[in-house]
Amino acid sequence: MSQPSETTVERSINTSHMQISQTDVAIDVINMHKWYGDFHVLRDINLRVMSGERIVIAGPSGSGKSTLIRCVNRLEEHQEGQIIVNGTELTADLKRIDDVRREVGMVFQHFNLFPHLTILQNLTLAPIWVRGTPKAEAEATAMHYLERVKIPEQAHKFPGQLSGGQQQRVAIARSLCMQPKIMLFDEPTSALDPEMVKEVLEVMISLAEEGMTMICVTHEMGFARQVANRVIFMDQGQIIEQNEPEAFFSNPQHERTKLFLSQILH
Amino acid sequence: MTTFDTGQKIAPRASFFNDPVIRGIIYQIVVATLLIGFILWIIGNTAANLAAQNKTTGFDFLWRTAGFDISFSLLPWTRASYYWEAFLVGLLNTLLVAVIGIFFATILGFTIGIARLSSNFIISSLATIYVELIRNIPLLLQLFFWYFAVLKAMPAVRDAIQLPFDTFISQRGIMVPKPLPDEQFVFVWIGLALAIVTVIALRYWAKKRLEATGKRFPVFLTSIVILLGLTSLVYVISGASVSFELPVLERFNFRGGLQLPPEFVALAFGLTIYTASFIAETVRAGILAVNKGQTEAAQSLGLKENDRLRLVIVPQAMRVIVPPLTSQYLNLTKNSSLGAAIGYPELVNVFAGTSLNQTGRAIECIAITMAVYLIFSLLTSAIMNWYNGRVRLVER
Amino acid sequence: MTDIGYVRSDIVDARPAPNRTSGPVAWMRTNLFSTPFDTVLTVLGILFLLWVVPPLYGFFFGNAVGPNGTVEECRMINAGACWAYISSEMEFFIYGFYDIPEQWRPNIVFALGALLLTPLLIPRMPFKRTNIVLFLVIYPILSYFLLAGGVFGLKVIPTEKWGGLLVTLIISVIGITLSFPLGIILALGRQSQMPIIKTVCVGFIELIRAVPLITILFMASIMLPLFMPQGTTVDKFLRALVGVTLFTSAYMAEVVRGGLQAIPRGQYEAAESLGMGYWQRMWFIILPQALKHVIPGIVNSFIALFKDTSLVYIVGMKDLLEAVKTKNDSALEWQSANTATTGYLFAAMVFWVFCFGMSRYSIYMENRLNTGYKR
Repeated sequence: MSQPSETTVERSINTSHMQISQTDVAIDVINMHKWYGDFHVLRDINLRVMSGERIVIAGPSGSGKSTLIRCVNRLEEHQEGQIIVNGTELTADLKRIDDVRREVGMVFQHFNLFPHLTILQNLTLAPIWVRGTPKAEAEATAMHYLERVKIPEQAHKFPGQLSGGQQQRVAIARSLCMQPKIMLFDEPTSALDPEMVKEVLEVMISLAEEGMTMICVTHEMGFARQVANRVIFMDQGQIIEQNEPEAFFSNPQHERTKLFLSQILH
Repeated sequence: MTTFDTGQKIAPRASFFNDPVIRGIIYQIVVATLLIGFILWIIGNTAANLAAQNKTTGFDFLWRTAGFDISFSLLPWTRASYYWEAFLVGLLNTLLVAVIGIFFATILGFTIGIARLSSNFIISSLATIYVELIRNIPLLLQLFFWYFAVLKAMPAVRDAIQLPFDTFISQRGIMVPKPLPDEQFVFVWIGLALAIVTVIALRYWAKKRLEATGKRFPVFLTSIVILLGLTSLVYVISGASVSFELPVLERFNFRGGLQLPPEFVALAFGLTIYTASFIAETVRAGILAVNKGQTEAAQSLGLKENDRLRLVIVPQAMRVIVPPLTSQYLNLTKNSSLGAAIGYPELVNVFAGTSLNQTGRAIECIAITMAVYLIFSLLTSAIMNWYNGRVRLVER
Repeated sequence: MTDIGYVRSDIVDARPAPNRTSGPVAWMRTNLFSTPFDTVLTVLGILFLLWVVPPLYGFFFGNAVGPNGTVEECRMINAGACWAYISSEMEFFIYGFYDIPEQWRPNIVFALGALLLTPLLIPRMPFKRTNIVLFLVIYPILSYFLLAGGVFGLKVIPTEKWGGLLVTLIISVIGITLSFPLGIILALGRQSQMPIIKTVCVGFIELIRAVPLITILFMASIMLPLFMPQGTTVDKFLRALVGVTLFTSAYMAEVVRGGLQAIPRGQYEAAESLGMGYWQRMWFIILPQALKHVIPGIVNSFIALFKDTSLVYIVGMKDLLEAVKTKNDSALEWQSANTATTGYLFAAMVFWVFCFGMSRYSIYMENRLNTGYKR
């Protein structure tokens, strides 16, 4: 397991756009259960995410946090309960899955860039083949997002030539090119060297400032304090506790939460 | 403390025998001397042996008439043909069986390799059984099995088994109808060539259009329609026709038709079956080498399964598959030399076998035969180096 | 968002999966009928099995003539495999023309081989070095005198009489024993800084790997006698061994080279910094690590060699396959429609058992080594 850390970004965060909708539900997970074979990985998950929310999911490894967000874009299949994303309920129906995936971006721990394509091709692949965007337009969008993540000069290199932090920023830009309504982050900084964590967190914070709906599985508690409006603690496949970050960190209620926080924050 | 002065003084010389450079030179001189001595010894022995047997050396025998029969030849062959023609016949027969074997082994191997990864239990088990069964039995044994136990156990010619489309199987191999295109048929070939050019142009246009407007075009289906449609249109318009010379069973043998001799059938079949099991493993390893995260990333971007395979998985898997696949092709070509054991007249059989025995020019015949395989190998590795240089993933 | 704070009061205990994810029904759903296409494949697969398995069962067991059967039964119209033929010719398939009263000698060699090999294959067994020396040096010498005779009053049995599985095993074991050190030397030579040595090794390895074994055996069979001083005769068995050994050593060299390249530079530097000479470095530091790395590769070359021994018929040796072929062609008293098929199937089964066993062992070692390197 990677070492949890308290990287903070020294700048004031502009909260003007970070409006949370009161009525617009982005993701609704209702009484959801999931098994791997006989192993009950997710138990009775209930989670409603409003549009514009920034949620951090924390918990010990093996607690099912990654599995939960992977269920949200159906990289994993759930067996009981409902998952409704943007009003579309996820079932085995391939069309619905495609509809959901088009609106939900995902960033992986190991970046998962396509090594045989240049950075620019990585970014334009999905817009061209999924959205049917003309190439020139897709490339313009791609350059725009590469500038957002501050590496436009790398556009014609291959992923293998970039540092881990740069690769992860490209991965974020790749998801953004599909103009998703929701972004899922699956331990985006765990595979990075400490000095690169910050550059990725910067990008994530700027996304939050623009009002993106985000669910992040991360060990970056500093990020949770600064950006999240809700922290969820999971253990043994279930949501144990959730609260606003201030209350969550200063006044945890459940024994397991206290134990976890004492281990992670020394 | 010592002071470091660079280049002023010569480093203290190691004693003559402990200097690594001098030692290296001495070692090499010793090895080279021994090797040259050994070679000279062999040459001396050989010369003495040859002299004792009253044999001559040289490549002049290539221009002598061979005077033996070759059962299967792509070139016109008579007993009056020269030895260099025998060499060509053998070489062509090797290439023929290798090309056919490579073609079918690739299809079968890819199918089975993909089947091994199927989520369907029955399909993947059948594929696994195939691979584990075939690659653990010597190829020569398999060839003997197909040739002696299967083909030679087929009925005699007059009881040949008739299959659909006037094809017959008997001890003498497989008889198929021989296509006899008429003179107009050349237009059909032109039509086909035209269709291929059209398809290439269409693909290019579709790619440009996709880039410009984002609209996709069903290239694959259209290509098939063009290929079949245009060719058959030309066929009808030009009035070309193909007649088939059917094999007809007479009293002792077949007349007409195209005969595939049993040696060829057994060798091509055996090589295909055997090599396919190795290609299947190569393909499986190549697909497995593509990280699962690649599929997930493509999925989460909303790419549909076809596009995921075509744009993300296959290009990466092929980089891993192609180099070992090529060496399997080379192995198949080398293994085709086992045809000698069942009497297929390929290079080793015709040249290092019959020609060698008749002329007694052992060194020359074996050297030429080995040189051919060496050239195959060098060509292949040259092509591979070029390919690897082209597709190598750029790393930091 | 007022109800943002939430604490779970009761932990949900794990409960068994709904039938959809476990149990035989779920297994069939995911492995046989997950999509319509999958269902079609399953049906086709079952049809294929129904088409293939019953006739095969009939051939191998149902209609087969057992080991005690007679040739008349084998000649019956519906008879399957003629196992009676195999059991009656078994001695020939195992020993070739080896004198029947002397067959205890190969038997001892087989038993001794198994006895020495088993502890060698089990990674946990101690005394590996002693064992290797016993197996690779003492055992071949002992076996040779035992089989060939001429000492201790043992009857001389010329190599022409050896045959069958005995020859297959001897050639592959001696082939691997000799090609292993030769392969190591070639691999070290290929890595060497000295241009002449390097060129010689690279040339040899690449030439041998480029040509088919059959041409090398042709060469060993026809040209080896020419290379020797006049009057020397080269035993057929020796010709086969030379051919097979040279061939395998080139492949072995490439396997060993893979192992040498996998050793981190630091190991070479560390050994050098300890003041060790070249051979000391190789013998104590580099080779033990490199060879351990490539055990699976070595086993795979051994499998290839074992299969390739079937080609020694070219120099006139009667290995298992050639023994079977000879009997198939010549045993008139056993002629029937299925005699040849049964013979080849028997040979195939023997080869398969050996090769499959070795490949499993190689996979086992690979997994073991992998876990050894993973943290």
